[in-house]
Amino acid sequence: MTTNHTTAPGPAFLPIPPAAARIGTVAGAAVALAGTFLAWTWTDEFPGDLTVTGYPGGLQVLTLIGAALTLLLTLSGYGVRGLGWLTPGGTNSPVRLLALGTLGTTGYTLGAIAYDLGGIVNLEPGAWVSGIGALIAAVTALGLPGDQPLDGTATTAWQRFRNSLGAPQAPRAKALPSWAEILIIVAAFGIGLYVFAYGIDTDYTELFIGFLITVGFAFTALHRAGLVSRLTALTTKHRNITLAAALVAAVCFPFTQQKEEYALIGANILIFGTVALGLNVVVGLAGLLDLGYVAFLGVGAYAAALVSGSTMSAIGVEFPFWAAVLTGAGASLVFGVLIGAPTLRLRGDYLAIVTLGFGEIFRLTVNNLNGNSGPDLTNGSQGIPSIPDLNFFGFDFGLKHNILGFDLGRSANYYLLMLVFTAVVVLVFRRSGESRIGRAWVAIREDETAATAMGINAFRLKLLAFALGATLAGLAGTVQAHVNYTVTPEQYQFAGSVPPNSAFLLAAVILGGMGTLSGPLVGAALLYLIPAKLQFMQDYQLFLFGIALILLMRLRPEGLVADRRKQLEFHENDQPDVPEPRQSEETAAGIAKAGA
Amino acid sequence: MTTMTTTTKTATTVLDANGVTMRFGGLTAVRNVDLTVNAGEIVGLIGPNGAGKTTFFNCLTGLYVPTEGKVSYKGTVLPPKPHLVTQAGIARTFQNIRLFANMTVLENVLVGRHTRTKEGLWSALLRLPGFTRAEQASRERAMELLEFIGLADKADHLARNLPYGDQRKLEIARALASDPGLLLLDEPTAGMNPQETRVTEELIFAIRDQGIAVLVIEHDMRFIFNLCDRVACLVQGEKLVEGSPDIVQSDERVVAAYLGTPFEGAPGAEEAAEVEAAEADAAKDAAQTATTSTEEEDTR
Ligand SMILES: Nc1ncnc2c1ncn2[C@@H]1O[C@H](COP(=O)(O)OP(=O)(O)OP(=O)(O)O)[C@@H](O)[C@H]1O
Ligand SMILES: [Mg+2]
Repeated sequence: MTTNHTTAPGPAFLPIPPAAARIGTVAGAAVALAGTFLAWTWTDEFPGDLTVTGYPGGLQVLTLIGAALTLLLTLSGYGVRGLGWLTPGGTNSPVRLLALGTLGTTGYTLGAIAYDLGGIVNLEPGAWVSGIGALIAAVTALGLPGDQPLDGTATTAWQRFRNSLGAPQAPRAKALPSWAEILIIVAAFGIGLYVFAYGIDTDYTELFIGFLITVGFAFTALHRAGLVSRLTALTTKHRNITLAAALVAAVCFPFTQQKEEYALIGANILIFGTVALGLNVVVGLAGLLDLGYVAFLGVGAYAAALVSGSTMSAIGVEFPFWAAVLTGAGASLVFGVLIGAPTLRLRGDYLAIVTLGFGEIFRLTVNNLNGNSGPDLTNGSQGIPSIPDLNFFGFDFGLKHNILGFDLGRSANYYLLMLVFTAVVVLVFRRSGESRIGRAWVAIREDETAATAMGINAFRLKLLAFALGATLAGLAGTVQAHVNYTVTPEQYQFAGSVPPNSAFLLAAVILGGMGTLSGPLVGAALLYLIPAKLQFMQDYQLFLFGIALILLMRLRPEGLVADRRKQLEFHENDQPDVPEPRQSEETAAGIAKAGA
Repeated sequence: MTTMTTTTKTATTVLDANGVTMRFGGLTAVRNVDLTVNAGEIVGLIGPNGAGKTTFFNCLTGLYVPTEGKVSYKGTVLPPKPHLVTQAGIARTFQNIRLFANMTVLENVLVGRHTRTKEGLWSALLRLPGFTRAEQASRERAMELLEFIGLADKADHLARNLPYGDQRKLEIARALASDPGLLLLDEPTAGMNPQETRVTEELIFAIRDQGIAVLVIEHDMRFIFNLCDRVACLVQGEKLVEGSPDIVQSDERVVAAYLGTPFEGAPGAEEAAEVEAAEADAAKDAAQTATTSTEEEDTR
C-alpha cells in the first residue's frame, strides 16, 4: 500500500527521500508526544504547572494533541487500514500543517517559559525532547511529496511553500446510512462545543494563545484533508438536524461553564452574533452597506430600558418582558423605516456614508436628551442604569439556579434567554433568505438595474430588508439592556472597544462570510473571544483589528465560511461538462483500501 | 420569410410608442420615434452603432424617462418605472448580459417569476400554507422554461459559469418567466457563432408561436431579415424607414447609412468591431468576477 507514494503529484518542498521523510515525521511526532509526559520546567511559577512527570498539563496538552493528530494523519497517509477516511482530500499537506502547528505551539510554550522565568536555563529536559521532536517532525514533513502539482508560475520559495500546503478537493463521499451521517454531525458538534468551551475556559493568556495556534493549524489541516468539506456536505444534506444539533450544543454550553465571567462571555457572544446575523440580512443578502447598524441595537436597548421599571428611567413604567420586547423591536422597526426611507434612494458609497451619519446622530441625540440640552429622556451620557433583572413566573434571572445538578448563574440564565432570540433570528434569516423575497434581495445585490427590469420594486424590497434588519437588532437590544444592567450612548458608536459596535458587526459579517448563516456567528465568536481573552492587547485592539482585516481580505476575501458558491463547485464536479478533478495518489489508495 | 406574416396583419397592437424622444443634455439620442408592434409579430430594429436603439429600449422599459412621447402597452399608457413595465407585461434582455452572476441558473429564472407571484415576507417566515405550494409552482414553471430553452441540465450551475451563448439564452428564459406579452431582445446573438445564431432564431420563432410578440435589435442582417415580419431602421436617433424586410433591405438610404456598399450577409468592419468590443467587455467582466472570488485558487 505504501509503494504508490513514490508517484507523487507534486514535488516536495525540501529534497528529502519520501520514505525517510515519512519515517522522520512519525518519529519526530512520537518523540514530541513522549516529551509531553516529562517535566518541562522546574517551578510551578509558570502557569499550568508543567513540572509534573507522568501526565501532561496545561500547554503540554496542546502539544500532545498536535503531535497525536500529526501521527494519526501520517499513518493515514501510510495507508494504515481504518485510517484512510481521515484524509480523503490532501494527505501530506495536512500532516505538514499539523507538524508546523505542533512546532508552533511547542516553540511558543518554550519561548513563553524562557521569557516568563528569565532564560532558557529554566527548561527541563522534557521541554527539549518535545521541542526537538516537533522540529524534526516539521522539517521532515516538509520533505513529504506535495499533494498538488506545482504550476509553472510558482518559482519563489514562498510560493513553493504555499503550494506545498495546498491540496486538491476531496471527491464526493459515498453515501452512508442516514443514521451514521447524523451521528457524524452530532459528534462534530460535540467536538465543536468541547473545543469552544475549552477555549473560553482557558484561564491564562499563554494557554489561550497556544489554543489559538493549535486550533488554527488543526482546522486548516482538517480542511486540507477534505474532512471539513465532507462535513459541510453532510450538514447541507441534513440541514434541520444540523440546526437542531447546533441548538443542543449551544444549550449545553452554560452547563460546561462554572465561572460566571465565562458564561457572560458566552452571553455577549450570542448577542453580538445575533446582531451580526441581523446585519447579514441587510449587507449579505440585500447588499446594502449599513455603517450605522448598531443604532438599531441601541434603540431596542433604550426602549427596553425605559420600560424596564428602572428607577432611573424617565418613563418609570414596568412592562412585562414580552411587552418590552415588542416595544424594543417596534421602536427599532419604526426607526429603520424612518432612516431607510430617505437613505435607500442612494446607492453604494453614498448609502454607507449616510447610514454612518445616522448612526452617529442616534448616539448624539441620546447623549443630549438629558434635560439640559434637550428633553429629559435618556439621562444623557449617564445612560439608564440599574435595569432590574427579569423575572418569569418566579424564575429570577439574577439568581443562581440549580438545574440537573449544575449551577446556572445570572449570565447563564441570560445566555439561555438570548439563545431563544438567536434561534428566532436564525429562523428568520433562513426562511426569508430562501423565499421569493430573499431571492429578490440577492438579485438587487447582484444587479439592481436588472432586478428592477425583472419586475422587482427595488426600493420597497430594500426598505423591507432594512426594516427587518433593524427589528432583529432591536430584539437583541432588549436582552442586551438586561444583561448589561445599564445602557449608555457610548455602547453604540461606530467603532469602540467593546464589540457590538458598527465596525465590529460589519467585520464579523465579512470575516465570517457574507450571506451565510453560520458565518456571522463564527465571526462574532472570534471577534469577541480573542480581545476578551487577550487583555494585554487592549490598547492596540483597533490597530490589530485593522491588520487582521487587511490580512483576511488579502488571503481569504470571501470570509471563513464560504457561501453556497463553494458547495456549488463541488456539485458541478458531478456534471459531465466539468472535467474530473485529478485524483491524487492518496485517493486512489483510499479506493483500493475500500475495495480490499 | 415566414408564413405568419399574413395572419398578423389584422392582429391587435401590443406596443405603441408615440413620439418618443430622449435627450441627454445637448445630445438627442432618440428623436420622435413612433413604433408599433402587433400581437404575434416579430419586429426588428436595426441601425448603425450609436443610433439610439438601446436608448429606445430603455425608454420603452422605463429605465429612462423619455423627454417626450409616451409608450402604451395593449392600450394603457405605461408609467416610466421598470418594475411596473414588467408587471404590465413587457420583458427584456440586455445588450451587455446582466444576469445575477452569483445565483444559480434556476434562481435567475425564479427571480423572473417575481411579478407573477405574491408570497410576501410573512408568508415566508411563517411558512403559511400557500407558501410551499407557490414556491413549488414557481419552480416547476422555471424548470419548464429551462427545458424550453435547453438549459434544464444546468439548473444548479452558477450563472457566471455558463458559456457566453448559454448566458444569452438564460437571459431570455429569465425574461420569459414574467409571462410577458412582448419580449424585447437587445442583440440576442452578439458573440454567438453561426450555429448558435441559428438555434436562437428557432428559439425566437418558438417564442412567437407561444403568442408573445418580439421586438429585436440585431446587427446580424441575415438573422434579422430571416426572422422579422417588419423591420425599422434607426439612424442617428431618427426612424429612417420601416417596412417589410425586402423594402428595408433594398432602401438605398439604409444601405448608405448603415450597411455600407458590400452587403452579402458578411458583417462589415463596424459590426465586427462592435462584436469584438462586446466580447472584450464580457471578458473584462469575467476577469473582474474572477478576482473577487479567489477562493478556488486559495483552496487548491
Ligand atoms: N445615459 C446616457 N447618457 C448620455 N448619453 C448616452 C446615454 N446612453 C446613451 N447615450 C448616447 O446615446 C447614443 C445612442 O446610444 P445607444 O446605446 O442607444 O446606441 P445603440 O444604437 O444601442 O448602439 P449599439 O449598436 O452600439 O448598441 C450614443 O451616442 C450614446 O453615447
Ligand atoms: Mg445598443
